[in-house]
Amino acid sequence: MSDNLIEIKHLKKYFNVSSGLLHAVDDVSLNIPRGKTLGLVGESGCGKSTLGRVIIGLLKASGGEVFFNGEDSLKFDGAKRSEFRRHAQIVFQDPFSSLNPRMSVSQLISEPLIINGICRSRKELDDKVGELMDLVGLASRLTTSFPHELDGGRRQRIGIARALALDPEFIVLDEPVSALDVCIQAQVLNLLADLREQRGYTYLFISHNLSVVRYVSDEVAVMYLGNVVEKADNSTLFKSPLHPYTQALLSAVPIASVGPKKQRIILEGDVPSPVNPPAGCRFAGRCWQHEEICMCQTPPLVEVEPGHFVACHRLKNQAACHA
Amino acid sequence: MKNNSMLKYTMIRLRRNYLALFGLFILVVLIVCAVFADQLAPFGYAQQDYMMIRKAPSAVHWLGTDEFGRDILSRLIYGSRISLQVGLIAVSISLVVGGLIGAVSGYFGGKLDNVLMRLMDIQMAIPTILMAIVISSVLGPGLFNLMVAVGITYIPKFARLTRASVLSLKDQEFIEAARAMGASHTRIICLYILPNCAAPLIVQSTLSVANAILFAATLSFLGLGIQPPYPEWGGMLSAARPYLRNSAYMSIFPGLAIMFTILSLNFLGDGLRDALDPKQKR
Amino acid sequence: MSENKDILLDIKDLSVQFNTDSGVVKAVNHLNLRLERGKSLGFVGETGAGKTTTALSILQLIQTPPGEITSGEILFNGVDVRRMTEAEKRHLRGGDISMIFQDPMTSLNPIMTVEEQIMEMVSLHLNLKGEAARERAIEMLRLVGIRPERAKDFPHQFSGGMRQRVVIAIALACRPQLIIADEPTTALDVTIQAQVLELIKKLQQSEKTSMLLITHDLGIVAETCDSVAIMYGGHLVEYSGIKELYTHPKHPYTQGLFNAVPTLESPLGSRLAVIPGLPPDPTNLPKGCSFSPRCPYAKDICHERACGMRELEPGHFVDCHFPLTPESGNAFLERPSKEAE
Repeated sequence: MSDNLIEIKHLKKYFNVSSGLLHAVDDVSLNIPRGKTLGLVGESGCGKSTLGRVIIGLLKASGGEVFFNGEDSLKFDGAKRSEFRRHAQIVFQDPFSSLNPRMSVSQLISEPLIINGICRSRKELDDKVGELMDLVGLASRLTTSFPHELDGGRRQRIGIARALALDPEFIVLDEPVSALDVCIQAQVLNLLADLREQRGYTYLFISHNLSVVRYVSDEVAVMYLGNVVEKADNSTLFKSPLHPYTQALLSAVPIASVGPKKQRIILEGDVPSPVNPPAGCRFAGRCWQHEEICMCQTPPLVEVEPGHFVACHRLKNQAACHA
Repeated sequence: MKNNSMLKYTMIRLRRNYLALFGLFILVVLIVCAVFADQLAPFGYAQQDYMMIRKAPSAVHWLGTDEFGRDILSRLIYGSRISLQVGLIAVSISLVVGGLIGAVSGYFGGKLDNVLMRLMDIQMAIPTILMAIVISSVLGPGLFNLMVAVGITYIPKFARLTRASVLSLKDQEFIEAARAMGASHTRIICLYILPNCAAPLIVQSTLSVANAILFAATLSFLGLGIQPPYPEWGGMLSAARPYLRNSAYMSIFPGLAIMFTILSLNFLGDGLRDALDPKQKR
Repeated sequence: MSENKDILLDIKDLSVQFNTDSGVVKAVNHLNLRLERGKSLGFVGETGAGKTTTALSILQLIQTPPGEITSGEILFNGVDVRRMTEAEKRHLRGGDISMIFQDPMTSLNPIMTVEEQIMEMVSLHLNLKGEAARERAIEMLRLVGIRPERAKDFPHQFSGGMRQRVVIAIALACRPQLIIADEPTTALDVTIQAQVLELIKKLQQSEKTSMLLITHDLGIVAETCDSVAIMYGGHLVEYSGIKELYTHPKHPYTQGLFNAVPTLESPLGSRLAVIPGLPPDPTNLPKGCSFSPRCPYAKDICHERACGMRELEPGHFVDCHFPLTPESGNAFLERPSKEAE
C-alpha cells in the first residue's frame, strides 16, 4: 500500500450554466500522503472548494478518479458509500450557515452518530457527544445551547466535533477559519494542529489565506481557474515560488511590519470567467512573461525539481534544458 | 449569554406590540366563548321565544332577538365555536397538504416541481368562491364539508410559501453538511428544512385563519355550508338582510363579531411576523 | 493653537450604547481620537470592538433607538457634528465625509447604472446636473481605472474588485475631506485587494483626502496608514504612529494580536500564541481594564480600575497600568497555547 491516502487522477467537474460549460475543476491530479496536510490555495472561482466537495462525494465528478486507500471512491455505491463516509468528512467555512439553527449543540454532534447507527443506546450517545465536546474544547454546559447563542469560534468547534464524530481518516477543511476573528482563528488552528498530532488525521486544508495555509500545511498546491499551477512542499513554495501566479499571489499579501517596502507585483485586470475557457494557459492573459505558446497550449504539470511541480511553458523549457 | 429559546425571544418581542396584544386578547376571548359557550350563553342558540320576535337590545336580551325570537348574544357566542372550528380545521388541512406539496416540490425540484406547481397554478386560476361552491355542492351541506372546501382553496398558497422557503434553505451549508453525514431525504426534509420554514408558515396560518372565517361567513351568507338553525355569523348576516331597515342590530352585531375576529387575527399575524423576523433590529 | 487647523477630526470622550433586549450594549466608551488633515489612520480591532459604531457616529448614522450617543463631541473642522441640523448633516454625508462599506454588492444600487450613481452624488452635493454631472462621473471612473465604455453598466455586470472601485469613485466624486473605509477589501481576493489598496493609497495622496481605515488586518494598516489606533471592548487601548506600534507595541493586547496572526515571515513550525478566552460581553464589561481577564501581565489593580490613555512617548498613547517595554518579553509565547475553557 502506497503511503498516499488519496490519489486524485485527472479529476474534472463541469457545470452546465446558461452561458455554456463552467470548468470548475479541469484535469486536476494530486496526491495526499497519509497523516499529512495538503494546503490548497487560490482565489475565488479557482475551484478549490468544488474540488474538496467532489472528493468527499457531495458533488458528482464529471470525469477522473479519486483513489482512497487504493480504491476509486467515485465508483462507490450504497453500502460502500456509507462506509466511505465514515472515513472522509468535511468541515465547512461558515459557522453561521453550516449548523442547523433548530438543533442544540448535542443534537448537532449526535446527528452523524444517529444517522450512521453508531451508538446502541442513549447513554452511549450522550457519552460519545460529551467526549467529542471535550476533544474540541467545548464546555459541557453548552450541550443544550443553540448556535445563535454562541460565537463563531464555538460554532466552528461544533462543526469540527461533528466531523470527528465518525472518527474519519481524512478531513476536508474548507476555509475553516476564514470567517473567524483573528484571535479565535488562532485558537481553532491550534486545535486542528493538536488533533492531527493526537489522532493522525490527514487534512486537505482549503483556504485563500496564504499565511494560514503556510502555517498548517506540509505541502501546498496553488490553483488558478480550475487548474493546479504549482505544487511543492511548504518551505519550497513560499521561499522560491516558480509559477508567475504564485509569485504574484505571494507578493500581494500585505506585510504587518514597517521597513523597506518590497516591490509588489500588481496583476492587471480581473480573473477571466471559468465558463468556456480559452485554449492555452488560463493565466496567460494576465501573465507578464507569457509567450506565444502559452496562448495556444495548456501547460502540463511537470516536476521541475524533486517534489516541485509547475504548470508553465517557460519553466518546462528551462527544466528540459537542465535535464 | 442568556439561554433564550426562539419561543421566549418571540414572546418578548411580541409583548411590545400593542396591536398584537390586543389581537391576542380578542382571540383568547373568542376561545373562551367557544369552549365555555354552554356556561356563558344566557339562552340556547335554537331557543325560540315567539313573544320576543325582533326585539331591540334590552336588559333581558342584551343584543336583542332575531326573527325567530332567538337571543342574538347567545347565538354569537355559540357561533364563535363554529367560526374557530372552521378557521382552525380549514387551515390545518391546507397547511399539512400544501406544506407537504411545497416541501417535496422545492426539495426535489425538476419535473416533479414543475408538475406540482402547474397544478397549483391551475387551481389558483379558478376563482376561490366558484371552487368552494363546486366543492361544497359536490360534498353536500354541513360544517365539516365547509371546512374541507375552504381548506382546499388555500392549499396553493401554503404550497408556494413552503416551496419558497425550501428553495432558499436548500443550498444552505447545513443541508450540505447533513448530506455529507449521510442523512436521508426524509430526514433532511423533516428535521432540517421544515423546522426552519416555521416562521413564515406560522404567520401565514394566522392570517389564513382570519380569511377562512371570513370565507366561511361568505359561503354561509350565500346559503352554502352551514344550515339553520346553526348560528354561523355569516348565516346570521344573511338572514338579517330583509330586516336591515327596522332591526339593524340584527346585522350589526354579527358583523361586528366578524370584524373584530378578523382584525384581531390580522394584528396578531402582523405582530408575529415582526417578532419572528430575525432581521429586525432589536 | 496653530495645530488646530491641521486637525480635521477630533473625537472627544465619545460614548455610544445600544439599548437591546439582552441589556445595554456599551459599544464605544470614552473614545478620544484625532485625525490630521491629509493623513490616514488605521482603526484596528476585532468584531464587536466598536470600530464601525464609531464610524457611524461620525456620520451621525446611528439608529436611535436602539442606539444612543450618551456623551462626547465629534468635531469636524471644529464644528460639533452632533449639534448640526438635519440639513447640515445630509450635506456632510457624501459631501465632506464619504464612507466606503465592506460589501460592494449591497452598497451599490442594483437598478442604477454606475454612471447614474455617481451623477446622483454630484447633483446632490455639488449641484452639477446633466452633461456636467456625466462628465464628472466619467472622470471619476477613469480615476479608479474603469473605462468610460462601462459607465452605463449595472453593478451586477462587474466583478467584486471592480464594484469596489465604483464605490470608491462614488465616495471621491464630491472631493470629500475625509473618507471612512470600513473593511474595504475584506470581501476581495488577495490580488484584487492589492490592486484596490494601491488605488486607495494613490488617490488618497493625490486628492489629499484624510482617511479613516477600519480593518482587522495589521498588514493592510502597515502598508496604507500613517497612524494606527487599536480598539478593544469599546475602548481605545493604544494609539501611535505606524513605525512605533509595529516596532514597539506597548499594550498587551497589541502584542497578543501580532502573535496570534500567522504571517509569511513567521518561522515554520512555530506555534501561534493564543490570547485565551473570548472578547468581553458588551452588555457586561469587566470592572477595571476591559482586557484584564485575558491579559497575561494583569495585576490586581488592572481588575480594579482602568488606567485611561496616557502619552508614554510623544504621539504614542496607551491605556495600560503596565505598558510593555522591550524588557517585558512575550508572555503570550510562554503560555500553553491549547485553549481550555
